[in-house]
Amino acid sequence: MFLKKVALVSALAVLSGTAVSACEISARVSVVGNEFPAIQTVGAEAKACSGAEVSTNLTKDHQSINVPGMQGNPAEYTSAIIANSSIVALMNEDVIRPLDDLVAKHGANLQSSQLIKIGGKVMAVAFMANAQHLMYRKDILDQIGVEPPKTYEDMIAAAKMIRDQGIMQNPIGGAYASGWNLAQEFNNMFLGYGGSHFKDGSAAPNVNSDAGVKALNMMKELSAYMNPDFLTHDSNATNAEYRAGNIALLNMWGSRAASQTTTDGVTDAVKNGHAIAGPMTVGGGSIPASTLWWDGWTVAKNISDEEAEATFVAMSNGIRPELMGNETIRTQAVWLIDGYTPTDAAIGVFEAAKMGTIPYPMLPYMGLMHSALGNELSDFMQGKESAEQALADVEAAYIAAAKEKGFLN
Amino acid sequence: MRHSTFFWFFLPTALAMLLFIAFPIVSVVMQSVFAPHPAVLVEVETCTPLSGCQRETTIDQEATRALREAEPLGRFVGLDIFTDRGHLATSEIKAIWANSSTWNEVFQRLGNLPFYRAMMFTLVFTFIVTPFVILLGLLIALTVNALNARLKGLVIFFSLLPFVITPLIGALVLFWMIDSRGVLGSSIQWIFSDPNLSLKASTGLMWFSLILYGVWHAAPFAFVIFYAGLQTLPKDQIEAAQIDGATRLQQVRYVVVPHLMPLVTFVALIQLMDNFRVFEPIVGFNAAAHAQSLSWFIFNDLGGETRQLSSASASSVLTIIGVAILLSPVLVRTWRDFKGKA
Repeated sequence: MFLKKVALVSALAVLSGTAVSACEISARVSVVGNEFPAIQTVGAEAKACSGAEVSTNLTKDHQSINVPGMQGNPAEYTSAIIANSSIVALMNEDVIRPLDDLVAKHGANLQSSQLIKIGGKVMAVAFMANAQHLMYRKDILDQIGVEPPKTYEDMIAAAKMIRDQGIMQNPIGGAYASGWNLAQEFNNMFLGYGGSHFKDGSAAPNVNSDAGVKALNMMKELSAYMNPDFLTHDSNATNAEYRAGNIALLNMWGSRAASQTTTDGVTDAVKNGHAIAGPMTVGGGSIPASTLWWDGWTVAKNISDEEAEATFVAMSNGIRPELMGNETIRTQAVWLIDGYTPTDAAIGVFEAAKMGTIPYPMLPYMGLMHSALGNELSDFMQGKESAEQALADVEAAYIAAAKEKGFLN
Repeated sequence: MRHSTFFWFFLPTALAMLLFIAFPIVSVVMQSVFAPHPAVLVEVETCTPLSGCQRETTIDQEATRALREAEPLGRFVGLDIFTDRGHLATSEIKAIWANSSTWNEVFQRLGNLPFYRAMMFTLVFTFIVTPFVILLGLLIALTVNALNARLKGLVIFFSLLPFVITPLIGALVLFWMIDSRGVLGSSIQWIFSDPNLSLKASTGLMWFSLILYGVWHAAPFAFVIFYAGLQTLPKDQIEAAQIDGATRLQQVRYVVVPHLMPLVTFVALIQLMDNFRVFEPIVGFNAAAHAQSLSWFIFNDLGGETRQLSSASASSVLTIIGVAILLSPVLVRTWRDFKGKA
């Protein structure tokens, strides 16, 4: 019996990779977060803790349930995995707690760069970075004899050559689906042209500007080389087009780089020709037309201190440095964890950081601006109105929403 | 029935209606006239990985909490949310009225305001889909009723399929078929030999697809109701009409349709209500760029990174008012019939 138990325990320990640092907790842990592979890993490793129940709810719809799930007292979720855009909603509603004391007690394995500090307090622990950058078909660019584009202007020139030589009808891909995706592509281009979303130090909108008009015109120009259904293409649909060999150039999320050629149904031409590079600049600017992102976890405010401590310990176990020795886990993301050595798929994101890409704005009213952009820009993309009119509509829609939420008078 | 008996019979229903219908309505009305407190903003140093520290604006939690505790409902804004640009846009309408020279320009500029654009689509959708559903449902019911008993079961099963399928799944199936790489989308490109022709890129064709989906999805509902009605059709009336020499068309026109009229009213009522709340196809077809509805606004307000509860509540109240207006002719008629009988 004893031997059996020993065998079982060691088998479990080997399976979960916790042979050295057994993780013991004494209160419930409940995690809500997105569902991509890197987060699945963090969730599974947090679950490896013993002593109390650890449950995870990893879903694409995490954003619509994390705030309500943390507003109660006691909160349903003791931790939410978020990114720099979505932490704002949790901060606005005051549902997450400062982690300084827990970092001092249990955070020996964390690097100082992982700590997200807002007003001097640690509010989240980041574990991976993300950015949109260029992915391209090396074989196709070799065929037309050009280098991978460093600017959006070069991208259009290359796309024109590919179309003119009859290789592909619509060589550019982009997640231009009306809504969140389209707004994000505008954000990229707008920052690339040196724009800033708000007037200095206030919540007043500032997108109806020269940079805004230029950004929209560039997006329109790019869309002429895209599948005519581009306003319905999100990241998944864009990647499907790429994997099927229908497009040769696209601005895509770094978190998708590793799985770009490993999914079922990727043609051999795409597998062999796939390559990635840093983000592109636009209009002669030096700051890339992209945004820098991080993903991390938070601890709920409305829970007992024991639960908060257990959550911190379990989530730290989910991102412990030993995991970086596992090859599969290492390739899943651009980890910010101690001991991570970048893989080939990580070049794009590191290049983005090196080139000084601006982080996605962590402002309380940025979510409202993003929604307004997502709703109002599609008329322009369809050629129904001018860039100036579209941007005026964005500002009007944003102002109405910001007044409602009390950010503007 | 004695009043006390009636009271005890009706009590459970009344309680359920109070709980599930009256309270939610009171709740959305309350939420639509209150908005969150003014945000107290402070500028603090924010440090993030890979990009270092900078000054950024955030919400002053202490001050905001004090405001919230003093007035938990939020700040009273009256009808401000209803009249803002996202809803009735009263000041924008005044401006359009004051400085537009032609009707065309008025419509053009109205179409730029989300509420009126959504109403244009919703009303077109409702008033095209509803009659077509009734017509198609009646046609299928008459056809099935004329079939021999062996075939009937099979045909009924297949006619019901569109209604059995989850609306979102049904919409997605059609969405992928009309994709420019889907079977219908590429056939259309081949027929018109235009590789850039896309159902999804044109507002007109997208509306057509949505309306087609609406009819396809709801026709079986009308069919089942009418088919049940046909089973109660008195044989002797039809036989009398046949003896009088009525053609098949005349039989339908003068005997079958009048017999089914109460059911037509019922289907029209339900369909007007359902179609006014059109939602699933817009999400399934990813059609937000071309067509929006009040229900879609609610979904969008609650699905963003910053939830807009007051705005969503105002859209809900407007939906209730819209449905009431649409149904009023039918309801008035029912009321008159009731009074007439009593």
